Amino acid sequence: MSVKITIDGQQINARTGDNIIDVAAKNGVYIPSLCYVKGKPCLGTCRICSVKVDGRVMAACTIPVSEGMEIEVNDDAEIVDMRKALVELLFSEGNHNCPSCEKSGRCELQATGYEVGMMVSRFPYRFTPHVVDHASKTIFLQRDRCIFCQRCVDMVRDERTGKKIFSIKGRGTNSRIEIDAELANEMTPQQVRQASDLCPVGCIIDKTQGYDDPIGKRKFEVKSIKERALDKEHR
Amino acid sequence: MNDEIQSILSHYNSDKTRLMDMLWDVQKQQGYISEEAITYLADGLKMSADDVRETLTFYHFFLDKPFGKYQVYLCNTVIAKMNSYHEVREALQQETGCSFNSVDDSGTFGLGDANCIGLSDQEPAMMVDNVVFTRLTPAKVKEIISQLKQDKSPEEIANPAAIANTELGYVTAMVDANLRTESIVLFKPNRDYKSILQTCLNDNIPEDIIEMVTDSNLRGRGGAGFPTGLKWRMGRDAEGEEKYVICNADEGEPGTFKDRVLLSHSPKDVLLGMIAAGYAIDSRNGIIYLRAEYWYLKDYLQQQIEDFRDEGLLGKRILGKNFEFDIRIQMGAGAYVCGDETALIESCEGKRGTPRVKPPYPIQQGYLGMPTSVNNVETLACASRIIEKGAAWYNDMGTDESTGTRLLSVSGDCEKPGIYEIEWGTTLNEVMTMIGAVDPRYVQISGPAGDSLSVEQDGEREFCYSDLSCNGSLMVFDNSRDILAIVRDFSEFFVEESCGICVPCRAGGVDLMHKMERIIDGKACQQDLDEITQWSKLLKGTSRCGLGTAAPNPILATLDKFPEIYEEKLVIQKGSLLPSFDLDEAMSAHELAYKKLVGEDE
Repeated sequence: MSVKITIDGQQINARTGDNIIDVAAKNGVYIPSLCYVKGKPCLGTCRICSVKVDGRVMAACTIPVSEGMEIEVNDDAEIVDMRKALVELLFSEGNHNCPSCEKSGRCELQATGYEVGMMVSRFPYRFTPHVVDHASKTIFLQRDRCIFCQRCVDMVRDERTGKKIFSIKGRGTNSRIEIDAELANEMTPQQVRQASDLCPVGCIIDKTQGYDDPIGKRKFEVKSIKERALDKEHR
Repeated sequence: MNDEIQSILSHYNSDKTRLMDMLWDVQKQQGYISEEAITYLADGLKMSADDVRETLTFYHFFLDKPFGKYQVYLCNTVIAKMNSYHEVREALQQETGCSFNSVDDSGTFGLGDANCIGLSDQEPAMMVDNVVFTRLTPAKVKEIISQLKQDKSPEEIANPAAIANTELGYVTAMVDANLRTESIVLFKPNRDYKSILQTCLNDNIPEDIIEMVTDSNLRGRGGAGFPTGLKWRMGRDAEGEEKYVICNADEGEPGTFKDRVLLSHSPKDVLLGMIAAGYAIDSRNGIIYLRAEYWYLKDYLQQQIEDFRDEGLLGKRILGKNFEFDIRIQMGAGAYVCGDETALIESCEGKRGTPRVKPPYPIQQGYLGMPTSVNNVETLACASRIIEKGAAWYNDMGTDESTGTRLLSVSGDCEKPGIYEIEWGTTLNEVMTMIGAVDPRYVQISGPAGDSLSVEQDGEREFCYSDLSCNGSLMVFDNSRDILAIVRDFSEFFVEESCGICVPCRAGGVDLMHKMERIIDGKACQQDLDEITQWSKLLKGTSRCGLGTAAPNPILATLDKFPEIYEEKLVIQKGSLLPSFDLDEAMSAHELAYKKLVGEDE
């Protein structure tokens, strides 16, 4: 089944049930997101993919397209600024000092900051205390960088028992990312790398990895996050 | 300890969707949920211990550390603060010998704060274990604590006549109903439930019930106002091996307490409404999600369910018909966000009360992935009257688009706080007269998430879905009250109750609260007000659930209704620095940090 929708005025035929992020990407329109992973159930936590659907603000990853939808991604100055504001909110909530971060150049938050044209956060920086958890042999958690996207909580499991390795403790502003060190120690190096790559910020860090590529040759410098998002679709 | 945990596990068939119940059982047995208990539970449920902690640490009343033999939670709402809350708080600290958020040296008392506990018409109030004490004074606190020290149980103190906790007298020994109006639709005394249900099942197929409720124009009383008949229609049409009816008795909106009184004084109205819903949508299972603040209603409610079972109104073949339906009570554990129907369902499944991504909606995929009709307590009670008296009877009341009545939980500056049943279409001024409000200035309806009204400007507005679509909470403030302080408290409430899963609500809520503090401190300028408006728009637009989208409401609405109280506080910016920026403080922070790092002597 296919439906007719418009994105920024452009007429598009889309498959029923596909979400707005995927449909937009397929048609060359990049919508940033820090929680959505293509092919995985939508998490809807970061809200950075907010767009206007028939005039209403909605998170693009959570909305399946339906007939006649008019979607505004870049044509509406207000929604463009809202996405930028959400990225800025994350930069002020946690400690994201790119120059000193192991994830720099591979960090989706940093890359998205560039995409939305952020220079400085409009929100007051919190300067939250730095908290590092070294309990696992292979991973360290830099807690003050967690953005609670829930990717690791939902998508990383102990291969033998199916148990959660990462979890969130507390709620609201007291939320805190946790790691089950025992289960984490059972992770294969490949799984550790996957978990670290899955983390959109510099929170889950593979202890064997950091500052490997020189500036200019790092992941999102070689190919921007936008190019990657659109490219994956064309493949 | 392992034996006790194993017996709890086997009681729930090691079903991890019942984790909330298991955590409560452990806590009620042992006072708190220890690391050891967490490990045993996790092993028994084949979860990681952190996974158990995810649920445990989400809820205000679950304890992972000892918190005293008696756990005391004093309600700290704006209404409590208008009623000698501070003196009572001080008295509690003095008598127990411990400060708030700690336990006294002997391990007897733990003192904690609680957001609204549904007693705004009799504040200050506190919970002690399973019971509550209302209209507190320092003298009363002294008496209660001294009796606890003499090893009298909280139940014995709250209920000196030792009435069984399955009886209404047990509840009314602790709390007043404060029913202020004659029954129109709700609180009808002496109803013959058996014959009502008998007639209803004899005369109607499920479609008739749906049609009747649709024709009555009954809309959800929780606040959203979704047409109940349509919800049941969708529930009936939805496909699922099982279907569920959930009664949302998690009224956490500050200032509301109507569901408490419905559940104590007309509990069977609510049960009958659930049975009607079950019949209509073809569900066999009902759940009452009861907020932990209402523990003292649990056994009483359970008894009402038992009564219905004994009379054949619940169970396998209800009144001899080929219709099966039963109800269980699910206790919450202290989370305002669980009032959101999808968060409530997550909680019923033993998880953190995080609102789900919608679509799908619960009526399509709800509890355990099955079609679920979540209805408010009052909605169900209304439905029980509609199936008895018919749609036309109900339609005659209220206005054309808002039919029937609305319960108001009235608190604050008025002579007669309590429960009022008004027909939709009643004006704010009429309500002010009814409740005996002298000199009211500001009225907050539907709780902090709702709207702020100026009695002067809004007096003639009507309670109805197209105007004041109040969810039942109505707090009145007279000219002596500090509106900015009230609004700041509301902002803090949203910060405390945010589940934290989405960015705008978790992070943005804090920034809005800080802005309010800046205004109150007299350090805000016009730019701060402009930013409040812009940031509020962000929260309202992009938040995942109603909590985040409503969080800016009290600020925006009072800014609209009472701009002068904000303007009075503003200062004019001189030069390039914002008035909130304190250069000396900023510089001293560096000095302090340096000293901390290298020591005083350097």
